[in-house]
Amino acid sequence: MTAADRILLGHGSGGKLYRDLVRDVFVAAFANPVLDRLDDAASLATSGRIALTTDSHVVQPWRFAGGDIGLLAVAGTVNDLATAAARPLALAAAFIIEEGFFMDDLRAICASMARTAAEAGVAIVTGDTKVVERGAADGIFITTTGVGEIVVDHELGAQSVRDDDAVILSGSIGDHAMAVLAARDEFHFTTTVESDCAPLWGLAEAAIAAARDTAPAAAARDTAPASAAALRFLRDPTRGGLTTVLAELAESAALGVEIEERAIPVSAAVRSICDLLGYEPLSLANEGKMVFVVAPEKADAVVAALRAHPLGRHAARIGAITAAHPGRVALRTVLGTRRVLDMPVGELLPRIC
Amino acid sequence: MTSARIPALISELRRESRDGLVYMEVCGTHTMAISRAGLRQLLPAGIKLVSGPGCPVCVTSTADLDRVVALARRPEVTLTTFGDLVRVPASRTTLAAERAAGVDVRVVYSPLDAVNLAQAEPEREVVFAGIGFETTAPVVAAAVLEARARGVANFSVLSLHKTMPLPLRALLDLGETPISGFILPGHVSVVTGTACYEFLASEYAVGGVIAGFEPDDVLEALVMLVRQTAPAIEIGYRRAVRAEGNVVAQRLMATVFAPSDADWRGLGVIPGSGLALANQYRESAAEERFTIEIEEPVEPKGCACGEVLRGVLDPADCALFGSRCTPADPVGPCMVSSEGSCAARHRYRDVDGVV
Ligand code: SF4
Repeated sequence: MTAADRILLGHGSGGKLYRDLVRDVFVAAFANPVLDRLDDAASLATSGRIALTTDSHVVQPWRFAGGDIGLLAVAGTVNDLATAAARPLALAAAFIIEEGFFMDDLRAICASMARTAAEAGVAIVTGDTKVVERGAADGIFITTTGVGEIVVDHELGAQSVRDDDAVILSGSIGDHAMAVLAARDEFHFTTTVESDCAPLWGLAEAAIAAARDTAPAAAARDTAPASAAALRFLRDPTRGGLTTVLAELAESAALGVEIEERAIPVSAAVRSICDLLGYEPLSLANEGKMVFVVAPEKADAVVAALRAHPLGRHAARIGAITAAHPGRVALRTVLGTRRVLDMPVGELLPRIC
Repeated sequence: MTSARIPALISELRRESRDGLVYMEVCGTHTMAISRAGLRQLLPAGIKLVSGPGCPVCVTSTADLDRVVALARRPEVTLTTFGDLVRVPASRTTLAAERAAGVDVRVVYSPLDAVNLAQAEPEREVVFAGIGFETTAPVVAAAVLEARARGVANFSVLSLHKTMPLPLRALLDLGETPISGFILPGHVSVVTGTACYEFLASEYAVGGVIAGFEPDDVLEALVMLVRQTAPAIEIGYRRAVRAEGNVVAQRLMATVFAPSDADWRGLGVIPGSGLALANQYRESAAEERFTIEIEEPVEPKGCACGEVLRGVLDPADCALFGSRCTPADPVGPCMVSSEGSCAARHRYRDVDGVV
């Protein structure tokens, strides 16, 4: 093993080692005209409303079945933009790397970021790297910031949600949390579960298109794209899972949410680990799922559009918004009984995203 | 889930049940399963389900929790335990608060992890605070043997383990709660078998059915209980439990542990209901290695966990339930532990209130 195989403190110094690292690893992986200029700030041309988001990723271990921290870092930020109906325009990535981290691992992470960015149709246009002493960080932390262009002209969010709207989930839940848990090997179990981690802009775009008002009258009225106002709310159920998304929605909308346990897709493998370890699938983190709230008349169209997308094949209408029990989420169990879904407290899984 | 049988089981229960039936489960996993499925909403009005002393963290006395804290505070000690114990209030602190203040407390998922830790960090005294019933005790026994086989001398156990049948006798002797029958713990009984429960039927004329953990398992056990014409101990969880239990696990426990007095929250000291390390394993006992001194224990103020654990008080009838005491900001162990009956009832309450 030579020093060249590992990240050294000097790689963060701003000197030659740093320049080499930027050129040979980052620029090589993310190659695009804006980044290639190596300016301190990237300039972008936009029109209309933009969305801005940032997210730090500290998953341990950095590689797990179905993904790694690079995929997570890009997908996480693209998905956060997607919740604002924003097409990703550009990403920035900041790395904090522990001295001694393997250069090959960093290359693998960057390749994964590049692949995911390409899949999402976005470029990584600027970045930063700091190297810290051994023990001052655990391997690698990545912060990604994203700018996106909002493609709808109505307000999205809890305040737009109405009584009787449909709640739609894009697929099975709990896979990411369980894949990372298995990779941590603390519980000594093996599983076939893979993380669902994926950039969801394409999926969100399909839902937005399906929600647009395409009635002939509206289409004839003008040539501007039809309104997508039937789409009220999007959120990716990451940390805290579906439970947290719905509980927060109920609270900020001051409406109730009623969901059907039977309708929520959970894979048999995730369910059996949950039974074994006492986890609640509804509260587990996902990195490739989206919750949509849609006006009831558009619900079927949105579900159909999601199912036609490779990342939404198991999309399902899982419940509805109700004026009853404002601020609370009710779960109708498979037995037909009803219970409240509270925001999870305490023992959330550590560092899974 | 085998929910297809549920409607049939429910109508059977409706048909066969009478008024004034009170069934007690004594296993945290049952507590959670019943609440999570909302089974109380499905039962005929004549059947009441109550929780007994089945949550391992909850039945641990405040004095014992103080002893765990005292051990953890020793500079040479790394205290290892299961996650649930970390947030439970001892007299003046919690292990979580101690950990934040720099005390070396680590959550492990198996006692064997603690042995590995001791081996990896030979300069530390790794103590495993062992709680739980006949389900966890054999695993801890195996860890003690493993540490010995590997020559890991810096590993010891503070055994707060308890055994299941004796508190049931204590409860029946107290006679505070009319109990028509017991839903007996599936996991514990996999190890113990059925013989240890026979006294319930023969001496107290109270029947019991060993139940599995799916909603239909619990309902099936209730149907069996309702149908008993004479009190008996039956197995409803046939796919896992045999009358003689798990002989290997029993032998493991009998080798490493010996019966001792144990202090139960709500029930006090019950002679012979605990498991201490047996004579030839005393050097693995943390209480042999370290002098543990504690102050007079202070119970959580206003908390009625003792009554809740005896099945005398319904969690929802505790004055603090849902107001001052919630899972996010718990007062007593029954709200802290993920298997506690207050936590189960709060977490899985109906949107319109408690059921
Ligand atoms: S509700 Fe809280 S205070 Fe009341 S008995 Fe339960 S744990 Fe104790």
